[in-house]
Amino acid sequence: MTSLLEVSGVSVTFDGFRAINNLSMQIDAVGLRAVIGPNGAGKTTFMDIITGKTRPDSGRVTFGEANLSLLDMNESQIARAGIGRKFQRPTVFEAQSVRENLAMALRDKRAPLDVLLFRPGPDTETRIRAIADEIGLTDALARPAGELSHGQKQWLEIGMLLAQDPRLLLVDEPAAGMTPAEREHTTALLVRAAQDRAVVVVEHDMEFVRRLNCKVTVLHEGAVLAEGSLDHVTQNKDVIDVYLGR
Amino acid sequence: MRQSFIARNPSVLWFLLALALFTLAVTVLSHLGLGLVSTSFVKTLGKTLCLCLIAVAMDVVWGYCGILSLGHFAFFGIGGYAIGMWLMYARTEQIVVASLVNAPLPPTEREVVDAIGTQIFGVVGAAEFPPLWAFAGSLPLQLMAVVLVPGLLALVFGWLAFRSRVTGVYLSILTQAMTLALSLYLFQNDSGLRGNNGLSGLQNIPGLDHLGQDVLSLWFFWASALALGLGYLLFAWVISGKFGSVVRAIRDDEARVRFLGYHVESYKLFVFTLTAVVAGLAGALYYPQAGIINPAEIAPIASIYLAVWVAIGGRGRLYGAVIGAALVSLLSSWFTGGAAPNIDLGFYVIRWTDWWLVLLGLSFVAVTLFFPKGIGGLFDYLVVKPVPDRQGDFGPDDSAWRREEGQP
Repeated sequence: MTSLLEVSGVSVTFDGFRAINNLSMQIDAVGLRAVIGPNGAGKTTFMDIITGKTRPDSGRVTFGEANLSLLDMNESQIARAGIGRKFQRPTVFEAQSVRENLAMALRDKRAPLDVLLFRPGPDTETRIRAIADEIGLTDALARPAGELSHGQKQWLEIGMLLAQDPRLLLVDEPAAGMTPAEREHTTALLVRAAQDRAVVVVEHDMEFVRRLNCKVTVLHEGAVLAEGSLDHVTQNKDVIDVYLGR
Repeated sequence: MRQSFIARNPSVLWFLLALALFTLAVTVLSHLGLGLVSTSFVKTLGKTLCLCLIAVAMDVVWGYCGILSLGHFAFFGIGGYAIGMWLMYARTEQIVVASLVNAPLPPTEREVVDAIGTQIFGVVGAAEFPPLWAFAGSLPLQLMAVVLVPGLLALVFGWLAFRSRVTGVYLSILTQAMTLALSLYLFQNDSGLRGNNGLSGLQNIPGLDHLGQDVLSLWFFWASALALGLGYLLFAWVISGKFGSVVRAIRDDEARVRFLGYHVESYKLFVFTLTAVVAGLAGALYYPQAGIINPAEIAPIASIYLAVWVAIGGRGRLYGAVIGAALVSLLSSWFTGGAAPNIDLGFYVIRWTDWWLVLLGLSFVAVTLFFPKGIGGLFDYLVVKPVPDRQGDFGPDDSAWRREEGQP
């Protein structure tokens, strides 16, 4: 199977500090992948590079069958190409209702004039309802997103990503600050989302990663340290030294 | 099941009703009816409506899109200059032709143009028409300039600024620098727009000399009211629906909108340019009522006032901008016009002509501190919010226990 995303030989330096050091990684078109690593391992920078927020000094990042080079595209083009990103902090538009948040994210034309002349059809509401059901916010559709609890905001953001219908979903620490019940819901959401697309989860909570039950990539000092099942990588000597040993 | 535009935005209907009533009331009170309102006050009110229109535009670009532009009064002034050039040219042409009609030889076209040039530019020691005035003789072309020049300037400036991702206070400084540069350029005598003399006599509309100023002032008042109504409708439509949703999202978290796949820069450019065009139109209606335009009108301070009006009226709601602009500009002309009575404290006399700016500054600070929603925010108290009936339940969710399920 060919991979959906291919990162090869990427390096980034911030003021002399090598955040990413000759990193190479491949992501399959369908399925979950967890990226773990200690603080400063370059997990978030890795996402920044894929989504166009940070330009690497060297290396290649290609996406999809056409091997689009993501390094030549800006953030919004990358998002339209099919890469969705969820930030560590829930970032939803608090002044707007849950419905407006989802409507904005729905996969549709994105050019200003198209959006200005956009009239929601019956299927817009159907799609919004389907996503709201999925994330369990059907009753909150009319509420301002700012009123939601922390966990609900995280789900709303995941819902916005699902609405974008991306081929690759990047999720940064989705379980941070959640209660055990909320974590379970989040895990189920991500596992379901990964049934027909690629989902990459950055996390440093081992328990959460174990529950995702997927292939794990361990980053350390900006490079891949180990890759495989969670049991496999946790037995790796290097991993124990740099990460679990502390 | 989708509601109509008005049903979703009831405030638009209320605003248009209020505007229609106001226009009707002024018309009835004017010389056409009871004659209680003087021609000069009708002009003041007409000018105020134009200021309300640019305030609405400012609210869209600042209150909704989050771009604190300190340059929209420059677009307003450009609109005024564009229409003023035609007004001045055509009016002077009439005078020149009338004075040459008794000449022994009929004047050639060249002589007429030269005479107009001498009349207009004598004050800055020139007689030649600068290239800028190439279309001044044509009303349709100058009307196009009212829209195109502010639009193109905003497009080019905005493209350069937004593309470099300049945001926040740096963008404000940049727009202010543009405004300052423009006004300094216009202050020069050889700028081709009569330097600090500006353009004058704009209240005389060529071809309508047989009508008195009392009639013209009402016509312009109606035109300003119509423009404000249409502009309000346009912007209310633009900021409703999904476009408005995206624009407000850009104000709140620009980066996140990018990751949703929207090209933020195009949206900003669209809003910036559209509001600049409307500002230009407002200026083209304002200056024939004011009668004179000079570069001081374009100076950055004017754009700062504009931001103050919108802040006092209430950012993020269109009628707030209208209230702020109308209230502050009318109060300003009342206080600075010497109509406000001085206050004699015994040891010191407060002259409002001197102290008005202090009062305005204090009220700006007070509004920002105590009423961040501005005067328009007071309308929130009029709308009764439905309070969900959850007496006695144990939580807001369906999964929470209802009262009857709990312990007695």
